[in-house]
Amino acid sequence: MNNKLSPAARREENWGWIMVAPTIIGLVVLNLWPFVQTVYTSFCEHLGFGHYKFIGLGNYAEIFQSAEFWKATWNTVLFCILTVPVGLFLSLLVAMLLNAKIKFKGGFRTIFFLPMVCAPAAVTMVWRWIFNGQYGILNQLFGAEIGWITDPRFVMISCAVVAIWSNIGYDAVLLLAGLQNIPKTLYEANSIDGAGKVKQFFTITLPMVSPTLFVVMIMRLMSAVKVYDLIYMMVEETNPAVTSVQSLMYLFYRESFIAGSRGTGSAIVIWTVLLIGLVTVIQFYGQKKWVNYDV
Amino acid sequence: MNKRSLEASRKRMTVYTYIALILGALIMVFPFVWMILTSLKTVPESMKVPPTIFPQEMIVTNFGDAMKSLPFLKLYLNTGLMIFFRVICAVAFSSMAGYAFAMLEFRGKKLLFGVVLVQMSLPSQIFIIPQYQMVAKMGLANSIFALVFPGIVSAFGVFFLRQTYMGIPKEIGEAAYLDGCTQWQTFYKVMFPLTGTSVAALTIFTAVFAYSDLMWPLVVNSDLNMMTLSSGLATLRGQFTTNFPVLMAGSLLAMLPMVILYLIFQRQFIEGIASTGGK
Repeated sequence: MNNKLSPAARREENWGWIMVAPTIIGLVVLNLWPFVQTVYTSFCEHLGFGHYKFIGLGNYAEIFQSAEFWKATWNTVLFCILTVPVGLFLSLLVAMLLNAKIKFKGGFRTIFFLPMVCAPAAVTMVWRWIFNGQYGILNQLFGAEIGWITDPRFVMISCAVVAIWSNIGYDAVLLLAGLQNIPKTLYEANSIDGAGKVKQFFTITLPMVSPTLFVVMIMRLMSAVKVYDLIYMMVEETNPAVTSVQSLMYLFYRESFIAGSRGTGSAIVIWTVLLIGLVTVIQFYGQKKWVNYDV
Repeated sequence: MNKRSLEASRKRMTVYTYIALILGALIMVFPFVWMILTSLKTVPESMKVPPTIFPQEMIVTNFGDAMKSLPFLKLYLNTGLMIFFRVICAVAFSSMAGYAFAMLEFRGKKLLFGVVLVQMSLPSQIFIIPQYQMVAKMGLANSIFALVFPGIVSAFGVFFLRQTYMGIPKEIGEAAYLDGCTQWQTFYKVMFPLTGTSVAALTIFTAVFAYSDLMWPLVVNSDLNMMTLSSGLATLRGQFTTNFPVLMAGSLLAMLPMVILYLIFQRQFIEGIASTGGK
């Protein structure tokens, strides 16, 4: 087949291979092969020092019988439920406010976007201080004595608040781009009809921005299922409330790198990937009902 | 509705919009302001009931104490080097592959691009244990190389730059080729310079992502002197449970470089990160 190619086409082909080579070699070594290894490791017991023994479905049997694992799965789902809808609603609200004819638009945008460039490790520190049960400003302000990050009843809410606060600006900027693409003429025609602002939102804004909203939602759901750093920073392993907020990836980190049971850790991460797959499938079927691609 | 009342209601809407935005901005800014104010207070003052807003006795010694509890100069250096090498690798390799996938014809192209898509759709944690074992086996744990390792190639970067190159008319490349440029010269001298905005966006995205990353640096570099700002800061979270002024000073020191860059290049940061949106 190579013979049929003209010299120029053959040169082009060679260059194509050369130029993708670093990336492909890197992906195979750094990602593809590790992926296979993780799948295999999930069927093995870690004997220490990188030695493994095949034990079949042992790790899966173990995690499926573990209350801590199911709690972590539920925590992850709960974290998605608490952060994604509220976060999306607030981001859309901010985006719509920023889309109005106002001054200092850029300034507001800069402020809302700020948490995006701050490492979660750094911003969670101040939230720990704000939420501090004894001296935190939040309790002092309301004269309360709530252990925001030590009480199992509140710790999840507190982490959700920090997550929403961290992502609002980023999501709003993406949604703002979607809003700006809506032709002004649509609104003008509509306001002649005398439609109210609320009706305008549901008949024009929401359907027109729904494709962007869908992308942002998928992205937000994916990162919520994988949540780790924020919860790890807010709640250390010795905190009595840790089981009430520990996500799957937090459990994965503890199992794999603190306890050293990499087989169990691998099984947890495979489980999480399956969960992500499930969420994606549901989303793509669900989108037909509400995402408007006719625009 | 007559014209005047319509005008009045529009004005009222604008006022509400400003009030809502200012309120929102205050909520966004408050944690940062509180961080700065606390970092300037003495420990007893920070725990005062009722709390003081502004430090009564302003001190800067907390920053010195933070520098003593963490090797900040090393952390800056490690984080800076990690970001530098990750950006160089991501831009160089992704530009090459992005160009090839968008502009050149070669056998296996679809399959190879499939590899890129597979990597993008999997969470990074699925690679972490084997990646760590590789680094450990090479005896390179606790090194700059270890920090850079998972970021040597960027599937996302390839995907992103492929899209950029697909937006450039093929005729430009063909013209250069007919003028006697080799394939490499066409890419390097003609096409690559056209992707400045996207390369800048990828640079910012890669830098912010690497700077925020926590799990990998925690896993691979356990020596405090080889940590990044994020993972170094994480070691403080259990300690200093009463000395919040020092913690706030440390967090500020960790945030400062990126925040300063952000304030200088606001537009590039926001538009760059937003254009990479969806990841």
